[in-house]
Amino acid sequence: MLGPTSEGDIPAPLEVEASGAAVVSRKSRSKSRYSILTRRDKTVMALMVGIPTFLCVALIWLPTIASIGLSFTNWRGVTPLTDQNIVGLKNYVTLFTTYPFFWPAVIHNILWLVVFVFIATPIGIFIAVLLDREMRGTRLYQSVFFVPVVLSLAIVGFIWEQIYTSQGFLNSVLGHTSSSTAIDFLGNANLNIWAVLVAASWRHVGYVMVLYLAGLKSVDPTLREAASIDGANARQIFFRVVFPVMRPINIVVIVITVIESLRAFDIAYIINRGKNGLELLSILITNNSISEANLLGFGSAIAVVLLLVSLVPIVTFLVRTMGRETA
Amino acid sequence: MANRDAPSSPTLPSPVNPVMTRRRVLAGIAGVAGLAATPSLLAACGPGASTTPSAPASGAAPSAAGAAGSPGASLGAVGTLTVGSNHSDPGEKTGMEKINAAFTAATGITVKMNTVDHGTFQDTLQNYLGGIPDTAYTWFSGFRMKFFADQQLNVAVDDVWSKVKGNYTEGFANSVVGNDGKVYGVPVDYYPWAVFYRKSVFSDKGYTIPATWADLKTLCTKMQTDGLTPIAFGDKDGWPAMGTFDILNLRLNGYDFHVNLMAGKEKWTDPKVTTVFQKWAEIVPFHAKDYAGLTWQNAADTLVQKKSGMYLLGLFVSSQFAATNNQADLDDLDFFPFPALGTQYDAEGALDAPIDTWEIAAKSPNLSTETDTAKAYLEFWAKGSTQVIMFQNQPGLIPTAKDADTSSYTPLQKKAVEIVSKATRITQFLDRDTRSDFAGANGMQSFLQKFLANPTQDLAAYQKTIQDFWDSLPPLS
Repeated sequence: MLGPTSEGDIPAPLEVEASGAAVVSRKSRSKSRYSILTRRDKTVMALMVGIPTFLCVALIWLPTIASIGLSFTNWRGVTPLTDQNIVGLKNYVTLFTTYPFFWPAVIHNILWLVVFVFIATPIGIFIAVLLDREMRGTRLYQSVFFVPVVLSLAIVGFIWEQIYTSQGFLNSVLGHTSSSTAIDFLGNANLNIWAVLVAASWRHVGYVMVLYLAGLKSVDPTLREAASIDGANARQIFFRVVFPVMRPINIVVIVITVIESLRAFDIAYIINRGKNGLELLSILITNNSISEANLLGFGSAIAVVLLLVSLVPIVTFLVRTMGRETA
Repeated sequence: MANRDAPSSPTLPSPVNPVMTRRRVLAGIAGVAGLAATPSLLAACGPGASTTPSAPASGAAPSAAGAAGSPGASLGAVGTLTVGSNHSDPGEKTGMEKINAAFTAATGITVKMNTVDHGTFQDTLQNYLGGIPDTAYTWFSGFRMKFFADQQLNVAVDDVWSKVKGNYTEGFANSVVGNDGKVYGVPVDYYPWAVFYRKSVFSDKGYTIPATWADLKTLCTKMQTDGLTPIAFGDKDGWPAMGTFDILNLRLNGYDFHVNLMAGKEKWTDPKVTTVFQKWAEIVPFHAKDYAGLTWQNAADTLVQKKSGMYLLGLFVSSQFAATNNQADLDDLDFFPFPALGTQYDAEGALDAPIDTWEIAAKSPNLSTETDTAKAYLEFWAKGSTQVIMFQNQPGLIPTAKDADTSSYTPLQKKAVEIVSKATRITQFLDRDTRSDFAGANGMQSFLQKFLANPTQDLAAYQKTIQDFWDSLPPLS
């Protein structure tokens, strides 16, 4: 997304200047204008525009377009792709009608997003605000909350697996020591998505906290002083003064929250490879296209659906931020 | 020992893939090297001549000379072999290293082994075989072997097979024949699936081995009143439940129906499949309640700890008993065949006994130079003496060769050999007998878990979702 905009930005002023010059004196001025840019400048500029453009096209646009194209085929990735591989919308029809794991996956992804946006992120912000008050031991708390972020999600998954298993920590604490009475946090298809969301949130809270804390530190203290002199209470100061000032950080936090929810994968994959109540779109893509199954076409169709789902918040976000900045 | 007489001519490597010109060049180089090596080979059939099987020498080279020669003398001079192994468990890895050392000692061929975690190996095999695979690699037999052979990703090894087939029973021989009638692998080990239990638990509580379905259910009820989980079960990984489906389908509907169902020639909506799920539903309440969060190791531990009574699993369950480091635990482990269900198919005695094989990858970049060394390797593996080395390090993998030394077998292993030799039909296991895209995590593994979560659901609708999924899969070739 960044590539094309930067590519569009750089040549634009040049054109304006060149055409402006042409109005004054077509031949001589435009010649002299061109002479300002040496051959070397042009090469440098071409490289500066060209390399990002190339990377953007090669690493983002081509794979995206290839995925969309593959989603209309039943290609398995071994034999050459021929006309016979083209199956039209069959993958999508299967996905939306008969494939029983698709809708649960969509619902789980949405659930993930909702929990992150309305529970995990606000908790992270809340903790950041508390820690920002310079209470005693604030550094210790910061470290404690941040530790889960340092761990990879694979390890987070492993830790929580030990906590949740039927003979694990949580069941012992709850007094369910025999396997017949134990709560099957990871096995129960109605329960395990919530168990996983707790684990994922545990990590996400720390992430949001650190981002927000950094932002809070950069808020000009005179603003708060002014507000408190005007008689605002702590709550009003935060919601009326600090929060609006923090807009750039808020946007980053929202974007990160949405991205983290849509790419949710690791913990569920560690626990049971996304079966039995833990279906997620990202795992369906993996299991179908790059596992032993090798259903590249079908996997691509799921990937396209995930792309479209991702575009909704991304486009909304871009339209809103861009719209405000230009206004 | 008898692997030196590579029965190949200098032209052998190229017909495998005549299109690849680079390989032809390499083959040419190999041929030249072979010619250069020939004099020494002919000169010395005696000691010190443990020369290269990679040298495309005359097929008449004496096979007996092998290890008789001093092996050390030829090191480094006689060809190499790249080997892809999925034996990632510590014991199996040690076994592989010992076997490779023995192979090098016997032939002088240097083996370069590439070990990949078993599950990862299986998941990535398609890309591996289609990419730059090692020349010899471990894999399954049966449907999964044919699946890759049909894609021209395997080299036929009929010449090796003709030399070693006397060492195998018919069941093993059938398991390595491809759809085109050619042989694509050499079977090296297997493990039967049966119902495992602790002898001490059965004798203490006065339980008897159930012979029929009714006996099994009575026993389960009795175990429940005794405070045991009647049937240990761990299906977190998705595949263990397939073992129960297999044995029920084999007993209720017979081998032919099972194999045809796996191959898509029968429908999952068939009423015969309904009977399998109905029977299964009768014993689901006796399974461990927390199965969905347990691995097979967790479930096996409940059997070790005498918290559960029985466990339908492969012989590899014994590794959890060995892990206690208490020989008494291992000695206490026993199994019985799944009870009869009163159908005509009980007599078949069919069971799952997955067979592992060694095969040769057609797309190996070293194929031209390593075809003969790889064939020598396969031939080496076909010997009981080789397979026993692996067996000593992983007692759950029973050698397939007739000449394997059975004197070191425990009673349990002897019984495993017996149960398999009694079976007139052997299946490989659901995820080895059917297409991989069907059997995967978001395929049959998930479907079976859906059944287990609600065994009394509308089976017709449930079976239709399975058949719909099968129908949505692309044609195989």
